[in-house]
Amino acid sequence: MSNTIIAGTGMTPFGPHQDRTGRDMFAAAGRAALDDAGLEPEDVDEVFYGNFVGTITENQGHQGPIAAEALGTTAPSRRVESACASSGAAIRDAVRAVRSGDSDVVVAGGMERMSNVGTAGATDALARAADDLHEIRAGITFPAAYALMAQAYFDRFGGSHEDLAHIAVKNHENALVNDHAHFQQAISVDDVIEAPEVAAPLGLYDACPISDGGAALVLTSAEYAAEHDLETTVAITGSGHGGDTMALQDRRELAKTPATRDAAEEAYDDADVGPSDVDLVEVHDCFTIAEVLALEGLGLYSYGEGIGAARRGETCRDGRLPVNLSGGLKAKGHPVGATGAAQLIAVASLLEGSHPRADAVEDATLGVAHNAGGTVASATVHVLEVVA
Amino acid sequence: MSDVRDGAFDEFLDALEEGDGYYLECSNGHGLLPPRRVCPHCGDRELTRRPLPATGEIVTHTSVAVPTPQFDDDAPYVTAIASFGPVRITGIVADADRTDVEIGQPVAVDVEANATTGERTITFRLQ
Repeated sequence: MSNTIIAGTGMTPFGPHQDRTGRDMFAAAGRAALDDAGLEPEDVDEVFYGNFVGTITENQGHQGPIAAEALGTTAPSRRVESACASSGAAIRDAVRAVRSGDSDVVVAGGMERMSNVGTAGATDALARAADDLHEIRAGITFPAAYALMAQAYFDRFGGSHEDLAHIAVKNHENALVNDHAHFQQAISVDDVIEAPEVAAPLGLYDACPISDGGAALVLTSAEYAAEHDLETTVAITGSGHGGDTMALQDRRELAKTPATRDAAEEAYDDADVGPSDVDLVEVHDCFTIAEVLALEGLGLYSYGEGIGAARRGETCRDGRLPVNLSGGLKAKGHPVGATGAAQLIAVASLLEGSHPRADAVEDATLGVAHNAGGTVASATVHVLEVVA
Repeated sequence: MSDVRDGAFDEFLDALEEGDGYYLECSNGHGLLPPRRVCPHCGDRELTRRPLPATGEIVTHTSVAVPTPQFDDDAPYVTAIASFGPVRITGIVADADRTDVEIGQPVAVDVEANATTGERTITFRLQ
């Protein structure tokens, strides 16, 4: 299978930008990505734009054309909505468009604006990633859904809130040098344990913040990149997509995420690699427990072993497998529709050596980005490799 | 409260209220709640209505301190998933503090109005 080249990347800083329109944030990210690639708007064949709650927070449906206009084109576009995996899914679709030969140049990314509706409004909007009939009407919030999984994990495999706290501490530490991060603030295990409870056992510092921001990548075929002398350092060599039931109550197993496992197996097979080849990974840590579930679903840890990885230092930046060197969703922030794209940007820049934490992974040649939607009813996994 | 009903889901709540709860079971033994026309686990379309067991068992639980606006006046509250034979149901555990609830505890299920909006809400009571 032909590689899909990452020709350019761009993103806004993540954080509270409540007075900034979504279209402006995506314009900043997308135009930066085109400039990085050395391409113009008229070169773009298609736009794949991830966004989750724009119909609620900006009263705006049909956002695809707005995203394309923000780039300076009226090329065919679509909004891809897969909750928190929206731009992971957008990139997945974009990769398939390039591989099929239908498009030579695509822009894939996403944007979310949430802080303009306040914490209560954002909590309500984000809850829509759960099942309305069977979960939201039973009082489930998004933190509550992950808390149900955390409780089930503890019951099945053991572990403690202190184990989870080490994940938050690690990811905040990683973000200290990331100028695009929502938080550049060190926290301690005690800070996490003593933070106000949101949904037991998860507290405020187990949760990612409500962030605004945009992120975009320019993807091209290898042939187009060669013909146009584009920089071709990193390529997407594997893509996978997994699914599960929407509501937790319909799953037999609450302490595992089969959608991540399925997406990972597909992506590894696609790239002809395995978990042992992974040098670094950006995983979907919307809550601390989510990082554990992701590492195990990706096959990087056995089930029940991921819970202690950060506490043991293995996933810290000087550990054997650095996880979320960007700060992850936890500290870098989680503008939902932009998150999957930002994860790929982080992996690509770590592999290229341009990321502020790249010194932790100087010899790395292969990284993975894992994006999850809902309680991992959707998951995308992409394998990125240095190709030049 | 809206007068508009959500089809088979509201019929299910009606039945729970009347103490006549049920679930759907496919030919391969997968338990489901309405509305369903097909089993998502195996694709089977032969869904049979079965009486819901009177008592379920807590599978997992959490205490919600920061609710959605629809549950503002209810918080903090405990919400849980409980298994009733082959089917699992999500609901609020009534009159329970987080320290009262453990995995494996028996519960009964009913429908009660939530304190914030009066909407019908699936509710468990510890047995």
